Amino acid sequence: MTVPENLSYTAEHEWVAIDGTVASVGITDYAQQALGDVVYVSVPAAGAAVTAGEPCGEVESTKSVSDLYAPVDGEVIETNPDIDDDPGLVNTDPYGAGWLLRIQLPDDGDPAGLLSAEEYQATLS
Amino acid sequence: MTTPDPAKPRETPLRGVHDRLGASMTEFAGWLMPLRYRSETAEHQAVRSAAGLFDLSHMGEISVRGPGAAAALDYALVGELSAVPPGRARYTMICAADGGILDDLIVYRLAAEEFLVVANAANTGVVLAALTERAAGHDAEVTDQTDGYALIAIQGPAAAGILGPLASVPLDGVRYYASQPATVAGRDILLARTGYTGEDGFELFTSPPDAEHIWSALAEAGAGAGLVPAGLAARDTLRLEAGMPLYGNELGPAITPFDAGLGRVVKLGKPGDFVGRDALAAAAQATPRRVLVGLLGGTRRVPRHGYPVLWDGQRRGEVTSGAPSPTLGVPIAMAYVEPEVAAAAGNGDAGQSDANAAGGPLEVDVRGRAEPAQMIPLPFYRRSDS
Repeated sequence: MTVPENLSYTAEHEWVAIDGTVASVGITDYAQQALGDVVYVSVPAAGAAVTAGEPCGEVESTKSVSDLYAPVDGEVIETNPDIDDDPGLVNTDPYGAGWLLRIQLPDDGDPAGLLSAEEYQATLS
Repeated sequence: MTTPDPAKPRETPLRGVHDRLGASMTEFAGWLMPLRYRSETAEHQAVRSAAGLFDLSHMGEISVRGPGAAAALDYALVGELSAVPPGRARYTMICAADGGILDDLIVYRLAAEEFLVVANAANTGVVLAALTERAAGHDAEVTDQTDGYALIAIQGPAAAGILGPLASVPLDGVRYYASQPATVAGRDILLARTGYTGEDGFELFTSPPDAEHIWSALAEAGAGAGLVPAGLAARDTLRLEAGMPLYGNELGPAITPFDAGLGRVVKLGKPGDFVGRDALAAAAQATPRRVLVGLLGGTRRVPRHGYPVLWDGQRRGEVTSGAPSPTLGVPIAMAYVEPEVAAAAGNGDAGQSDANAAGGPLEVDVRGRAEPAQMIPLPFYRRSDS
């Protein structure tokens, strides 16, 4: 199970990669392992406003379904076009091809409350 | 033997094998069991197309033996076990006096005066207590043998081809729902042609110290034939596709065999009294309170255990089990619905459109949003050679 150093995390097992004013979001390796085979992901469409800590989608796997929580405030600007046809990308490459959405951050400052890799790792033990 | 620590799950004799295979382990009915090894979908598909190897050592084994064993089981269970020839097995149930299901069972008649009752892990204690109480007055001894057996299943179209060369007996001679003593890979086992996947397959009752040897021999023999280890996650989707009920989902103490569509297991014509007879005789005549039906999900959001079934927007039933079907590629579910809904929503033929015309659409409330569903006959999957 991997927790890349260069990413930020939430306690709900999302990862966040911030590049300038855009946050890319997915679920962690731990989350995909716990869920099992992902069969369907619903995410808000581009243009939707999301609020940090609020549910914004669902991840369905064989055995269960989990809410996807927005890790930051902002506006969805892009969703992963490949996930609908191949939700298993979340399992095979959770930090890469299995990304779920990109969020445009608001102008006023950095998102708060995200965990470092070390802090996230500590929540798993 | 030591008393199990209730806080610590019990481990099967194959725990070390699962660890070496990198299994994701889960606690199930007080046991630490493999949930999946890698992808549960791949494990499921391997069982449909080739074969899967399962550790089922959590299942309860209860021995009933003695001159009065058959009579004791005829009284204790809803089936007529005295009519089962030695070497054959029956799917049956143990019910309470009110007709509610205490467990569903496979009972193997090993000899004229010896039966092996296989119970669900979560119910082994209840079944043991009920059998002990109900056997009193019959000349029969009821003993818990769960610690005396490991249980390995090999299931799938390639199962017979993999097991055959390792077995001391020709598998052609072991019919479905039959068992016989045999050796596999040189170790004594009880070999049964039973399963819970909808495929041909075998269940091997072994002595715990032999379990790892037999597992390894099967794994090695099957490696070239597509055999993979398979966990409880795959077992659950396999049995759901096959329309097989699971205790705690489709079966329980508030449900009779007739509710579950399994009234055929209740042998009201057998001689003598049995526990639950009066209630079950009444249930056999009455309109069932609910009907177990199959549902196909109309979207990718999966109907799951406990979700309300809606008809014309009103709650008229409840999902008991649901999952994305690896074979069909869409969500499937079993649900109890009111008889009127089951009759009107039909069995997947013209009745479906009639139901939609008369009563509005059938839907499942999937976490606050109604998703369309279609009622279809069970099972969802039937193997082509059966």
